[in-house]
Amino acid sequence: MSVKNIMIVGVGGQGTLLASRILGNVVIRSGYDVKVSEIHGMSQRGGSVVTYVKYGDKVNSPIIDKGEADIILAFERLEAYRALPWLKKGGKMIVNDQKINPMPVITGAMKYPEGIIEELKGKIDLTALDALALAEKAGSVKAVNVTLIGVMAKSTEIPYEVWVDAVKETVPAKALEVNLKAFDLGYNFQEVC
Amino acid sequence: MKKLLLGNAAVARGAYEAGVNFVSSYPGTPSTEITEQMAEYPKEEVFVEWAPNEKVAAEAVVGAAIAGGRAMSCCKHVGLNVMADPIFTDSYIGVNGGAVFCVADDPGMHSSQNEQDSRHYAKAAKIPMLEPADSSECKEFTKAAFDLSEKFDVPVFIRLSTRISHSQSLVEICDRVEHTVKPYEKNIPKNVMMPAMAIKRHVVVEERERQLREYAESCPFNKVEDNGRKIGVITAGISYQYAKEALGDRVNYLKIGMAYPLPEKLIKKFSEGLEKVIVIEELDPFIEEGCRAFGVKVTGKEIFTMLGEYTPALIKKAIFNEAAAESELPEKEIPARPPALCPGCPHRGVFYVLKKLGLTVSGDIGCYTLGAIAPLSSVDSVICMGASISAAHGMAAVRGKEFNKKLVSVIGDSTFMHSGMTALVDITYNKGSNTVIILDNSITGMTGHQDNPTTGKTIRGEATKQADLIKICEGLGVDRIAVVDPFDVKKFEQVVKEEVEKDEVSVIIAQRPCALLKSVKYKGHCEISEKCRKCKMCMKLGCPAISVDESGCVRIDRTQCNGCELCIGVCPFGAIEKKE
Ligand SMILES: Cc1ncc(C[n+]2csc(CCOP(=O)(O)OP(=O)(O)O)c2C)c(N)n1
Repeated sequence: MSVKNIMIVGVGGQGTLLASRILGNVVIRSGYDVKVSEIHGMSQRGGSVVTYVKYGDKVNSPIIDKGEADIILAFERLEAYRALPWLKKGGKMIVNDQKINPMPVITGAMKYPEGIIEELKGKIDLTALDALALAEKAGSVKAVNVTLIGVMAKSTEIPYEVWVDAVKETVPAKALEVNLKAFDLGYNFQEVC
Repeated sequence: MKKLLLGNAAVARGAYEAGVNFVSSYPGTPSTEITEQMAEYPKEEVFVEWAPNEKVAAEAVVGAAIAGGRAMSCCKHVGLNVMADPIFTDSYIGVNGGAVFCVADDPGMHSSQNEQDSRHYAKAAKIPMLEPADSSECKEFTKAAFDLSEKFDVPVFIRLSTRISHSQSLVEICDRVEHTVKPYEKNIPKNVMMPAMAIKRHVVVEERERQLREYAESCPFNKVEDNGRKIGVITAGISYQYAKEALGDRVNYLKIGMAYPLPEKLIKKFSEGLEKVIVIEELDPFIEEGCRAFGVKVTGKEIFTMLGEYTPALIKKAIFNEAAAESELPEKEIPARPPALCPGCPHRGVFYVLKKLGLTVSGDIGCYTLGAIAPLSSVDSVICMGASISAAHGMAAVRGKEFNKKLVSVIGDSTFMHSGMTALVDITYNKGSNTVIILDNSITGMTGHQDNPTTGKTIRGEATKQADLIKICEGLGVDRIAVVDPFDVKKFEQVVKEEVEKDEVSVIIAQRPCALLKSVKYKGHCEISEKCRKCKMCMKLGCPAISVDESGCVRIDRTQCNGCELCIGVCPFGAIEKKE
C-alpha cells in the first residue's frame, strides 16, 4: 500500500500527543510500517503543535510535506486553517470547532480570523463539530482528543474493534470508561447539513 | 516482538539490552525521554539518576566506566557544551566498562536557544560518533556503541536529532544481556591525567584515531545502495529518510551511520564514475568538508541551507528542481501561536510585578524564559543555563550601583541547582549587591516535569534528601533571603522594591508549585462580573484564558481558566469572581 499521511494539529495541552499514539497503535495492529512524529518541549506550552502519523508498506520520512496530508485532524479552528496548505488535493479535514485565542490576539496585536469554517467548507471536504460538547457529555472535556479520534475512525476502513483495542491500550486505566464513551460519541457523530 | 517506540525509548532499550549498569543525565529536549525511559527498568538492573547538570552526569559516567561498569549519559546539544570538559579528557583516559554519550541536536530549534551541530565535538575530542536514522537503528547503534567503546577503549557518541528522538517507528525487542561489572584495577598512567601521563596518552589517542578510521571503512553502519545511477547522495540520520522519500531509486546512496571518523576509502569508491556527488545533511557541512578534505568533489551547501530542518520537498527542489505538491492556501493573514506561560503558572505573578516596576531582567532558561513574550515582555536577556546571575554581575560591574538598583536576575529551581550556585558565589565573593529571584515551582518544568535536588524525590519517585535553597544561599554568603508567594502580588512587589534598593546581595525565593503538577488542585474558574470598568489591568497578566471580545468587554474562557485567582488579586475594582 502506498503511504497514507495523517496530520494532527492543535494547541499545546489539548492532548494531540495521545491521539497520535492511539492512531499509531491502530496502524501497527493492521500490520503496516508506521512512523509517528511528535513534538515535545517548548511548543507544548500553549503553542501550535503538529504531529504526523504515516503508514504503508514502507515509510521513510516521519514528517509530511505541504500538499501531502490525506487527513488532517484539527483540534482547534485557527490551527485547522494554519494546516490547510498541508492538505492533499481531495483530502479530508475534521475540525473541532473550538476557538482558543493565541497570544497575539490576547494582546490585541491581531484579530482572530472570523468565518474560518465557512471558508474551509467552500474549499475542501470538511467535517466540523463541537467535540468539546461531546467530550463533556462523555464525562470530561479532557476526552476531546479521543472524541475526535472516534470521528476519524468512522471515515477509515479500519474496523471499529481495532480502534477500541488501541484506545484501551493507550489511555490510562482510570480514564478508560470516559474515553470509551467519548470514542463512541465521536464514532457515531453525524453531521447535519 | 516488534514495538512502536520513540527514537529516545529505543536508545534506552538498546542500552538496557547491552546490559548498561549506570545512567546519569540532566534533562533537555529532545533527549529527556531516554533517561526517563531508563528509569522504567528495574533498579536492581540499572542505576538511573538525574544529575544536577550535564558535567556532573558525564563525570559520574566516566567514573562508572573506569570502575568497570557500562554507563551512559544523555543530553541535548547545548548540554554537550557543559559536558565538554570531562569528555575531552575521557578521550585520553578511555574506558574499562563501555561509556556512551548520547546527544540530541535540535535543527529548527523546536525547544532550544541555538542550533549548534554536535558532530564537531566528535572530531574535536577524537571520539567516534554513530548516527542512527530511525528507532530501530537507535536501538541497534546504542548496543553496538558499548561494544565499540570497550573494543577501542574510547567513549562513544550517539548523535540524534529532534525528528529521530521524537518519532516513533518499529523496533524488534530483544532480551537484556547482563554486563558483569569488570574488575577494577588501579592504573595511574591511564587514569590520572596530568602532563606526564597525558603526554603518553595523547600518543595512544592518535594511534586509536588511526585504527578507528580503518574501522570506519568496514563499519556495517555505513551502507551503499547502488541503484545504477549517475548521481550519488551521501547522507546520514534523518536527512537519509528525507532523501529516500524525495529521490527514491533515482540516485545511489551512501548512508553514513558512523559520523566520525568518516570512511575515506569508501567515500572515494562510492564517488568513482559518478557524474555528481551530493551531500545532504542538516546544519553544518560536516560530511561535506570531510569529503573535500579527502579530495572528493561534492555539492552540498551551495544548494542546501545551513538553517533549520529539511523536508523531502526541499530536497526534491534542490536536486531535481521539482515543485512541491499543490495545496490550498489560506486567504486570510493569521496570527501565530507562540508558546505562553500556562494558565495558573506561578511565574506570571513574578513577571507582572517586574514589568510593573520597570526593572531590567537578566533571564535564564526554563518556562520563565516566556516572560520575554508580550504582553509581559519583561525579560531583557537570556543566554544559557545559569547565566542570569553571572550576566547580571557583569552588567552591574560596568554600569554601577544605580543601574543595579533596577536590575534583577530570575532563575528556576532546577537551573539554580544546575549552574546558578557558582554564579551566586561569584557575586557574594566579589562584593556585588545584586538581587536574585529564584523561581521555585517545585519541579523542572520546561522539559516536562523532572524531579531535581530541590524536590526531594529521585527519578524513580523515591523520597530522598532535599536540597535546601535557603541554607545553600546562606552558605554562599547571602544574608538577605526572603521567601514570598508570587501570587501575593502586593507583598511580592513590596519585597522586590525593598531588596533592589539594598547595597547587599538579596535572594528572593518566589515559591509556588507549577500549576500542572498533580498535587496542585485549583478548583472552578474565574468570571468577570458587571463591576468591570474595562481598565484591562488583568490583560497585563498575559493569561491565555483572559481576552477582550469584539464589543470591548473582558472575558474569561472557562475551558482555559483553572481558577488560580491571580487575576482576582490584580483587579482594582474587585470585578473578578470565583465560580465553583
Ligand atoms: C545546558 C542545558 N541543559 C539543559 C537544557 C534544557 N532545559 C531548558 S530549561 C530547563 C530546566 C528548567 O527548569 P527550572 O529552572 O526549574 O524552570 P521551570 O521550567 O520549572 O520554570 C532545562 C533542563 C538547556 N537549555 N541547557
